[in-house]
Amino acid sequence: MDTMRDRFAPVMTRLLDEDPRVAVVLAEIGKDGFTEARRRHPDRVINIGIREQLLVGAGAGLALTGLRPVVHTFASFLVERPFEQVKLDLGHQDVGAVLVSAAASFDWPAGGFTHMAPGDVALLDTLDGWTVHVPGHPDEAEELLRQAVAAGDDKVYVRLSVQSNAQGLPVDGARFRTVREGRAGVVVAVGPMLDAVLAATEGLDVTVLYAATVRPFDGQALRRATEAAGTDVVLVEPYLAGTSTAAAGDALADVPHRVLGLGVRRRELRRYGTVDEHLTAHGLDAGSLRERIGGFLSASGRPRP
Amino acid sequence: MTIIEAERHHQYQDLPRLMGLMTGDEKHGPAATSTLDALWVLYDRVLRVGPERMDDPERDRFLLSKGHGPMAYYAVLAAKGFVPVEWLPDFGAYDSPLGHHPDRVLVPGAEIGSGSLGHGLPIAVGTALGLRAQGLGEPRVWVLIGDAELDEGSNHEAIAYAGPAGLDRLHTVVIDNSSASHARPGGIAARFEAAGWSALTVDGRDHEALYAAFTAPHPGRPHVVVARVEPKSA
Repeated sequence: MDTMRDRFAPVMTRLLDEDPRVAVVLAEIGKDGFTEARRRHPDRVINIGIREQLLVGAGAGLALTGLRPVVHTFASFLVERPFEQVKLDLGHQDVGAVLVSAAASFDWPAGGFTHMAPGDVALLDTLDGWTVHVPGHPDEAEELLRQAVAAGDDKVYVRLSVQSNAQGLPVDGARFRTVREGRAGVVVAVGPMLDAVLAATEGLDVTVLYAATVRPFDGQALRRATEAAGTDVVLVEPYLAGTSTAAAGDALADVPHRVLGLGVRRRELRRYGTVDEHLTAHGLDAGSLRERIGGFLSASGRPRP
Repeated sequence: MTIIEAERHHQYQDLPRLMGLMTGDEKHGPAATSTLDALWVLYDRVLRVGPERMDDPERDRFLLSKGHGPMAYYAVLAAKGFVPVEWLPDFGAYDSPLGHHPDRVLVPGAEIGSGSLGHGLPIAVGTALGLRAQGLGEPRVWVLIGDAELDEGSNHEAIAYAGPAGLDRLHTVVIDNSSASHARPGGIAARFEAAGWSALTVDGRDHEALYAAFTAPHPGRPHVVVARVEPKSA
């Protein structure tokens, strides 16, 4: 199967052809996929070199002139390194952009911690007005990229990863989707965590919601799911554990509830290896998830509805 | 309207009084006015901007990156009719659009908000690229920074890119009041020149010299004018 990142340049090449507002800004990473697009649109496919503060700042400048910048590099160099540019050049200047990241939490484990960004979504959570798409399949990534570019002057983050579910689902760029219904707990699976969550909860009486868009957090969907399945909630996110715990708590603020936030642990592993080895190390493989989700739900002292 | 039209007849000699409305004092130290002459020459004679064309895609873009000490900037914007003079006395107040660092969302005519140093030049690069991509051939892009602001590495990402990229509509004014703690004489222009920029260094108080430097041809290359003024510490 191809990866989400394999779709990025072809999708953007078509959008560059279709929409004269679209401009792609790169910092070397990913430029090879844009050779043809750059030939056709030399002024709207811009590689500014290995300069990530300029990457975001220049994106903001493009937006100030009315263009729709799509800014791309690895998540660690797109959100973390130039975070103040994201905060000020986009947010404070009141302009929009689409930030499209690759490499995610540990797409390249052999590359080590310098190329891992489990904290990207949590960092964006300190800012106002960001839409965050976490597609779980290349087909979803393609659709969400299109929606992100078409979203006026919104600030949108699209988090591409080599982690993927086997099948894509329809995504509307906003709402959570009910994948399975049960009566003894709600599990929210974000993006590429869905397959592992479905395997982990096989035979458990839980509702599984699928979130390919996590910001804004679809609190209404969570709220609705708890009406039948109770207010024990597990969040399974492919980035820093607990990133959405506060959002889930806000959605359930006026009812007693419990929330378990599963995801990438804070502690640096200092290990290389494979994505699967890292998933296991962080307790995000299906077996570990089953144990942790089951343990959490069975520890509930409250009667089920 | 009559008030705004009247204000557009303000002259350079009115600027100390306008600044005094913000500070309660008509005598300002060199640091507070280091940008004043460069700003005045730009707005009075160089920039193709005006309060009637703030949304005109064909206008020049002036980006104040050195947002600290913006009284001279606000005074010039008021003198040229972008900002009502009546706003000036409330400078820094809760309800005032005029903060101690400018906010583009609040200040008519301000192309960017600034305050944190080193953001204007990268945004100016993107602005120049965006204008070019839309076939807007006329507008020029100007950004004003301070000599110590060049400490910030983000500027050097922009300088090193803009020269080889041949962004000839990009103009930088460096107000050099010797405020950088670690600097070499001549180092400012040399760094721009090393990246392929056209560079001129002039007396930042001499209006004719500033005008000549601002309007000097620089085909195929971005242009920097280093405007030297009294040292901040003097």
